[in-house]
Amino acid sequence: MSAREIQVTAEREPLLRMSGIVKRFPGVKALDGIDLEVQAGDVHCLLGQNGAGKSTLIKVLSGAHQPDGGTISWRGDEIHILNPQDALDHGIATIYQELDLVDGLTVAENIFLGHERARWGVVARADANRATAELLRRLGHPEVAPTTEVGRMSSAGKQIVSMARALSHEAKLIVMDEPSAVLDQEEVARLFGVIRELAGQGVAIVYISHRLEEIREIGDRVTVLKDGRTAATGLAAAETPTSEIIRLMTGRSIEYVFPDRPERQQAGEPALAVSGLSRGDEFHDITFDVAAGEVIGLAGLVGSGRSEILETIYGARKAKAGTVTVAGRRLRPGRVGAAVSAGVGLCPEERKSQALVLHESVARNISLASLGRFARGGFINRRDERRAAGEQVRALDVWPADVRRHVRTLSGGNQQKVVLARWLLRECRVLLLDEPTRGVDVGARSEIYALIRDLAASGIAVVVVSSEIEEVIGLSDRVLVISDGALVHDSPAEEIDEHQVLDMVMEGEAA
Amino acid sequence: MSAQATAADERSGSAGAPDRDAQGPLRGVTTLFSGPAGRNLGLVIALALLCVVGLITAGDRFVSFDNLMTILRLASVIGVVSVGMTFVITGGGIDLSVGAIVALSSVWASTIATQTLAADMHWVVMVTTALLVGAGCGLVNGMLIAYGRMAPFIVTLAMLAGARGLAEIIAQKRTQVVTISEFVDVVGGMVFGIPVLVLIFAVVAIAGWILLNRTTFGRRTLAVGGNPEAARLAGINVKRHTTLLYVLVGVACGLAAVMLLARTTAGTSTHGNLYELDAIAAVVIGGTLLSGGRGTIVGTVFGVLIFTTLTNVFTLNNLDTSTQAVAKGVIIVVAVLLQQRVAARNGSPP
Repeated sequence: MSAREIQVTAEREPLLRMSGIVKRFPGVKALDGIDLEVQAGDVHCLLGQNGAGKSTLIKVLSGAHQPDGGTISWRGDEIHILNPQDALDHGIATIYQELDLVDGLTVAENIFLGHERARWGVVARADANRATAELLRRLGHPEVAPTTEVGRMSSAGKQIVSMARALSHEAKLIVMDEPSAVLDQEEVARLFGVIRELAGQGVAIVYISHRLEEIREIGDRVTVLKDGRTAATGLAAAETPTSEIIRLMTGRSIEYVFPDRPERQQAGEPALAVSGLSRGDEFHDITFDVAAGEVIGLAGLVGSGRSEILETIYGARKAKAGTVTVAGRRLRPGRVGAAVSAGVGLCPEERKSQALVLHESVARNISLASLGRFARGGFINRRDERRAAGEQVRALDVWPADVRRHVRTLSGGNQQKVVLARWLLRECRVLLLDEPTRGVDVGARSEIYALIRDLAASGIAVVVVSSEIEEVIGLSDRVLVISDGALVHDSPAEEIDEHQVLDMVMEGEAA
Repeated sequence: MSAQATAADERSGSAGAPDRDAQGPLRGVTTLFSGPAGRNLGLVIALALLCVVGLITAGDRFVSFDNLMTILRLASVIGVVSVGMTFVITGGGIDLSVGAIVALSSVWASTIATQTLAADMHWVVMVTTALLVGAGCGLVNGMLIAYGRMAPFIVTLAMLAGARGLAEIIAQKRTQVVTISEFVDVVGGMVFGIPVLVLIFAVVAIAGWILLNRTTFGRRTLAVGGNPEAARLAGINVKRHTTLLYVLVGVACGLAAVMLLARTTAGTSTHGNLYELDAIAAVVIGGTLLSGGRGTIVGTVFGVLIFTTLTNVFTLNNLDTSTQAVAKGVIIVVAVLLQQRVAARNGSPP
């Protein structure tokens, strides 16, 4: 006890101290020794690009994941957070981006869901409503009626209900995962008011966002994650220059090896021509060409419309206006089948939910788009199928090189190769890659990069979408920047650097 | 195989790939044991246990060729429906309307109009009518589910009510006797001492197995049921395929109606009552995932045989149908529990 008192005089004892947190998933090390200290009453901002480990870290903190290494100390004692309920019992509440509220229930019913105020098993509604009104007053929003149905409220209102729910559990620490992503500016201002209110009452907030301007407005301290490691922690939010934060976010803790770009040749007929492509609020008037053998990089934030553009080219979404032409042939909008038979392949963003049939074998996943090739009268020649899949597996160096293995047991990088193999087997001429290295181990990335470059060299036109700017620039011949659904920049990759791209990407967001 | 036998191949020997098969003459045998039958070991044991119980309690009355044929005849109609149901469930759907479709098909195929036409032309007219009615109901189900984006549970529940109601209207709640004796003689008859009904079931089961395991249609069914989004993004027409699955089970129901017409020599709107429950139970205890993506025809056949053998043993011992129903419920729960354990040990998804 005395030892701790001495420490307190030297430095305030942090409310939460996470040190050396490690979390592995099959084939990926998502967290590789994270350190984080949060003081009571502080708003601590957690920054990092996609895949840096923010979500995994907060899932460890909320008890959704168990760490494989490292320690968590809470109010001075080392604890193990066993499950989400356990985290709540300690006073750690997490508000996820997809708010877990029940739309059909009232504000009060949502707040006390799972720990209802009840007498003899009968819910004491008046009591709950009174307690809810008190919580909302604490948050500075007494105008919200406890009996309002949550489904009728705005996103901002729901955020406030979520925070009241956290408070009802007597939370000492509230984790907020990108709360501003779904809010407009006025609502964000309201949210910040609530956060300040709470911080003033001694509640600590861990605030996750990738909008840098917000950090300066609301944050006390900043921690930057990069590739599952802590790039910097405990920076003063007010004094650290934005350029320094950007450097920390994008700076390479690990050197990826990007393959050399080949000499630029005079392009002939474009393999893929996109013209005036628009789709409601998602994106508008997107025009670009891709030559055979060229790699185009699309940079942009989540929600900027970049993935939607790829899916619309592919016909998985139907374009409202504009045309997609592959090798001189116009594709019928909204038809995946038309795109596939014209030789377009898509490796979607969510590999597991959108691309793979997980409990099927590698061979069956590879052959899925070209079953017709192995079939005669509808009967599949399985030997041919396995032989062809085996050739792809060897060509792409999938490990383990066993086509009968369930694709679920492969690492992220090898699963990505299986998806690539599907389109190589189909002999496609245009390849659309959405976040090709998401969930891919750092070591396997260089290999994927080299592979993409090889594919381009063999005459395939490649379009890569990535939220990792260094990846877009390092990999592509030409970089296109998407911001708020508009194409704001198009130039050869040599003529632009990471900071310029990041500026353009962030600027559009702020506007 | 030998060409790609690398060190990595050997390392992954325990991966439990689904269709590992050997070369040469032993191929069929190894496929059987390491494949469906091996996975359905619990079902084999359950069926064997039932047979032992039958042998002890009913002796020679149970173990006889005639009784075996009785069991198989009993299994054949619901068996055909269950094979169709296996496809729908593997493809990620469910069909609650199978019993009602059987009733409607049987009634439609035995109306005076149809039978008069059949008498003028050929009894095949009746068969065709039943199959077309089944296919039509399946088409309506499938279109509403795939293109109308309605939940399979709701659509087929509506068809369950609607098709049986329509059957009652057509038949005016009366039993329609089949007067085309040629039809009854052929479909209800014997070939080489084996009932034609049993042969039809055997052909349907084998054709179903081939369709599911060896054709592009079967492969697409697995993909659509396992991950519809991935199937769609791989260029598979998921909506059309889903529709076809319901048409397929509809045709199976039409065929089941033909078999019932021959067995009972009558069409009525009460045919096929509660078939949906029996078929789903047989499919699920057979090991087909209710969530889709994995299906086994062999398991379904075992499931059907277990239930019909159970009925047979109970009947031979003069036990009432209520006790039988209780036993059925227990078997469903125990079998599915066992299946889950086995699946978990094999590292399959739950």
